[in-house]
Amino acid sequence: MNTFTVARKELNSYFRSPIAYGVMAFFALIAGYFFYVAVVFFVRRGMESAMMGQSFPMDMGEMIIRPLFSNISVIGLFLIPMITMRLFAEEKRTGTIELLLTSPISDLEIILGKWLGAMVLYMAMLAISALSLSVLFVYGHPDWKPILVGYLGLLLQGGCLLAIGTFISNCTKNQIVAGVAGFAIMLLLWVLDWASSFGTTVADKVISYLSVLQHFDTFSRGVLDTKDIVFYLSVIFVGLFLTARSMESLRWRA
Amino acid sequence: MIKVEGLTKRYARKIAVDNISFEVEKGQIVGFLGPNGAGKTTTMRVLTCFLPPTAGKASVAGFDVLEQPLEVKRRIGYLPETPPVYPEMEVHEYLEFVGRIKGVPKEQLAKRIAEVSEACAVSDVRKTLIGKLSKGYRQRVGLAQAIIHNPDVLILDEPTAGLDPHQIIETRDLIKGLAARGDHTIILSTHILPEVEQTCERVIIIAKGKLVAMDTVANLTSRLRGAETVAVEVVAGESEAAAVQRKLEQVAGVSRVLANQHREGKLSFTVESLEGRTIRPGLARAVIESGWNLNELHAVGLSLEEIFLQLTASPEDAKQEEAIAAAAAPVGESQ
Repeated sequence: MNTFTVARKELNSYFRSPIAYGVMAFFALIAGYFFYVAVVFFVRRGMESAMMGQSFPMDMGEMIIRPLFSNISVIGLFLIPMITMRLFAEEKRTGTIELLLTSPISDLEIILGKWLGAMVLYMAMLAISALSLSVLFVYGHPDWKPILVGYLGLLLQGGCLLAIGTFISNCTKNQIVAGVAGFAIMLLLWVLDWASSFGTTVADKVISYLSVLQHFDTFSRGVLDTKDIVFYLSVIFVGLFLTARSMESLRWRA
Repeated sequence: MIKVEGLTKRYARKIAVDNISFEVEKGQIVGFLGPNGAGKTTTMRVLTCFLPPTAGKASVAGFDVLEQPLEVKRRIGYLPETPPVYPEMEVHEYLEFVGRIKGVPKEQLAKRIAEVSEACAVSDVRKTLIGKLSKGYRQRVGLAQAIIHNPDVLILDEPTAGLDPHQIIETRDLIKGLAARGDHTIILSTHILPEVEQTCERVIIIAKGKLVAMDTVANLTSRLRGAETVAVEVVAGESEAAAVQRKLEQVAGVSRVLANQHREGKLSFTVESLEGRTIRPGLARAVIESGWNLNELHAVGLSLEEIFLQLTASPEDAKQEEAIAAAAAPVGESQ
């Protein structure tokens, strides 16, 4: 109950400040551009094959939807630090954290509430891309099940990046520091995946396993793999758990 | 209502609060007094469960701050030094949010918001963004926030800091109004002394993390004042100053007479009595009978300010102050 009260307050703050609109506008622009490029490419391939009298198999899923999901998951890396940077840093700077911590609600409710508020903004952002995808349904018959799986993957991936961002925001009272550190760490989690392309030792495999983006690959193909779901859920848990610890230590230190 | 035993809070290098014990009865209004950095805020933060104590115990309404923080938090309204308000929220939205997280039942929430807005005089800005409010209004919204769940205990950290004189009076009246209803126990911290004299029944003075004194305002004043100090102003020319002073010194019970700055045609003196003697009638008679006109005669109470300085100054500070006073006041300003 308190969790939802905090989440509602968070969401309210997002939409009262330019953050929500900035993030959503930027996302709409970039995601829209990627969608446009993919569609143009698809149409040109279709026309070319028609002119040459051949008929290549034209797969909307493989040629438009999958690259779009991969691109969206990368855009998330850039935008999520902007969503999470203020969560705790702002409250610590203005002192409103004292209100939350002296109210009869638990740390867990505060953390979950904030994470949930950020999650809802992230979902609103993803909803914009659904508008583009719905165009495909007007002109064709793409399979809707892989699309749902793709969105589930985006939600899980976003959830775990938001959890990490929440933790980072709890470590500082400077929003900019939280934003930059969050961005650096998310970038790192992305490029970890490249380690596997250079080597095949166990260490490379472990490092590559930790890459958040690598686990999204199955979802973008429309495949539900419990291994990846478990990975995302555990990262969400670890991120929120670290936030709780960091809040506890904040109390004991200062 | 509030019980603190041997409370100690240590930060990495420095001890902020050192072995403080005190108790506050239900319905009392207590001033928490001390110079900046004395440990007032730290003590309050421990009481509100914001910080855990390093050693010692603190309990509110019988609930320990470490063992049952949620029960303590339910019974406490807290106004930190800077009101914890969200600038992007409207006043009534903010109060609604606070009411919810403080556990005000849903069906009473609207009524409580109306009541506290009325009590703290913020009804007229209900629909205004808090970010657009003046400091005084924000402070009142902060106060409204602290009392929305009708807490047994109110903890106010420097509630009048940074306000203009008019707003200070309003805030004080508001606090007194809350106290007058008798259902709140109030602790307020301040480093402004008149505030305590005007609003509080009891005073707790701390300095450098240690408890220095704890008593009622009246007791503290009389405890430190054995003799009476009287200010006398006589209408007479400056040539007569020595004669007047001699006359005053001859009054029974006077221990010494200090001449203050004389202004045109008026001589002013500070007269101190011997321990336990009443000298004002004698002084009046002496002046009139000698043919001068008495312009002013009043007892100078030892103000809380002086008590405070006496109690909180360390010996080195006192020596320094004397040196400064000697250098700055060649005319024998009274102490």
